[in-house]
Amino acid sequence: MEAAAGAGCGSGPPLLLSEGEQQCYSELFARCTGAASGGPGSGPPEASRAAPSAATAAAGPVADLFRASQLPAETLHQITELCGAKRVGYFGPTQFYIALKLIAAAQSGLPVRIESIKCELPLPRFMMSKTDSDIRFGNSAELHGTKTQIPYLISEKNTFKRMDDEDKQQETQSPTMSPLASPPSSPPHYQRVPLSHGYSKLRSSTEQMHPAPYEARQPEGPSSGNQGTKPPRHQASLIRSFSVEREPQDNSNYPDEPWRITEEQREYYVNQFRSLQPDPSSFISGSVAKNFFTKSKLSIPELSYIWELSDADCDGALTLPEFCAAFHLIVARKNGYPLPEGLPPTLQPEYLQAAFPKPKWECALFDSYSESMPANQQPHDLNRMELSIKDVADFPVSTEDMTGDDKQATKSGLLPPPPALPPRPCPSQSEQASEAELHPQLNRASSQAAESSPTKKDTPYSQPPSKPIRRKLRSENQATENQEPSTTVGGPASVATVKPHPIVQKQSSKQKKAIQTAIRKNKEANAVLARLNSELQQQLKEVHQERIALENQLEQLRPVTVL
Amino acid sequence: MAVCVAVIAKENYPLYIRSVPTENELKFHYMVHTSLDVVDEKISAMGKALVDQRELYLGLLYPTEDYKVYGYVTNSKVKFVMVVDSSNTALRDNEIRSMFRKLHNSYTDVMCNPFYNPGDRIQSRAFDSMVTSMMIQVC
Repeated sequence: MEAAAGAGCGSGPPLLLSEGEQQCYSELFARCTGAASGGPGSGPPEASRAAPSAATAAAGPVADLFRASQLPAETLHQITELCGAKRVGYFGPTQFYIALKLIAAAQSGLPVRIESIKCELPLPRFMMSKTDSDIRFGNSAELHGTKTQIPYLISEKNTFKRMDDEDKQQETQSPTMSPLASPPSSPPHYQRVPLSHGYSKLRSSTEQMHPAPYEARQPEGPSSGNQGTKPPRHQASLIRSFSVEREPQDNSNYPDEPWRITEEQREYYVNQFRSLQPDPSSFISGSVAKNFFTKSKLSIPELSYIWELSDADCDGALTLPEFCAAFHLIVARKNGYPLPEGLPPTLQPEYLQAAFPKPKWECALFDSYSESMPANQQPHDLNRMELSIKDVADFPVSTEDMTGDDKQATKSGLLPPPPALPPRPCPSQSEQASEAELHPQLNRASSQAAESSPTKKDTPYSQPPSKPIRRKLRSENQATENQEPSTTVGGPASVATVKPHPIVQKQSSKQKKAIQTAIRKNKEANAVLARLNSELQQQLKEVHQERIALENQLEQLRPVTVL
Repeated sequence: MAVCVAVIAKENYPLYIRSVPTENELKFHYMVHTSLDVVDEKISAMGKALVDQRELYLGLLYPTEDYKVYGYVTNSKVKFVMVVDSSNTALRDNEIRSMFRKLHNSYTDVMCNPFYNPGDRIQSRAFDSMVTSMMIQVC
């Protein structure tokens, strides 16, 4: 081996490089040498410029590059030996090229031998870390704009995490590259992990944050090319299981975040949610969700972990944003992405609610309601406050009276609710606001009054998913706090500007605690019930068995008696 | 602060057991196993009539020269057993109670996961991290 390598080194590389390879390798070599020129030293002291191109690549960047190929250390040692660098003591172009070829061979699964490099090989793949090497390579890549194909590996977990960090640095890339066939241009080293399907390019336009040093991340022509091969396989299974309409060709060139949900994906998830649960503001129970997600053919521990990540409030049910997050994680997992350690910020329920304000349904469920619905809020809030008894008749009148004045009152009293509802119930404002939000769902007709009170009790809140126990408690809380403001606000509306302000705030903190204790109690009750359920089921099984045993005995005894 | 934490199912098999891996873990497992008898004794001592009023926290089950074992039972007879180092005298009853409460809450969260079948081993990462936070920091 070494002799062959030596011979190769001496008389020029016996290996035939294709044009693409030639360009790629020379580019890499140039980078290694160029980068090293400012470095401390170039390899071993006896490095001599005997090689054809009178340049040697320093050990540092070369080592980085090789490590980025993600091959085990021993393989890299073997390669270094074989290519002759160890023997001659430096990385001349010959050695470098041979080494690159060997890396490609190793990555393709061929043994590390000189013979391997004689055959046609794909280009070696490198996962670069997010360090100056990126900038170094990235910038030169941009300068080059080469037409080499360098397929990308799907990232490992750590690179994946780094990617999460860099997602903000993605730039929009015009999809000039045809995805599968021949990626036209490529900067060599990126850890792009695009979720190929379903990610439209529209989405990426929102994510361009730091174009400067990372402009070079001309991503994904090649990545998309590479990704194109993988996703179709996953997609095929996914299509079968979910009958999803995905376009293998629609490889996003913005690998940025795989954890970001695009519009089309969002729509799909929402439709699926609707198929399971017609009321978008309600939630999907655990068993329903379990059956649904089991169809994805992921393993139970993985599904369990995905559930753990997405069910933010741990109540055994999924609201729409939680469902979207869970679905998205499943999709990502099926496409080969490792599951994150924690729920990514773009999949948090608050984020999802804020990011996708356009409602699918009539109800302005996800609107940022602070500005959009004050008029809607006020009459209903007031209505609730006013009505200790269901005063249906008075409602239209009081609404008109109150609307103008109390709009300001409650507006000032209620802090502008945040655009995204926190998963846990917070001060009364968000509750009232969320309740008010639900009102647009209902008809604006005269039935409003009648519905406002039952709405309180019956309509589940968008956030958090409420179970019957909780709803009752909450409506009790509402009732208690409504008593107090009703006494103060019930008066002439014009005076109400200042009064409800401090009162509402005081109540909010009290309610907070009350709600939190209520939640705890509910959780415990829930747990107890769940366990009782399982125990009862076990008992049921035992009873069944006993019954069968008894019946058998009866059968045996019967003929005896007959006789 | 705890040296070993175990969750035992109603049928007295472990759902989750984890100890500080510095010494012979088998010893901890054995202690947990023997403590189950004490737990059963305490439960039965309460009497059937008082089952509903029975408090979940059982308190110190039994002390050894090096360790103390605390117990906690839920309403569905799932037992939490915790072994703490005797040298850690700063640990008060309230702290133990709060640790059990945290355990119970995490266990509840695990239960809420529809993919978890009661009776399975607990493999939740959140639960693991919570237990890790409770385990003693060995310098």
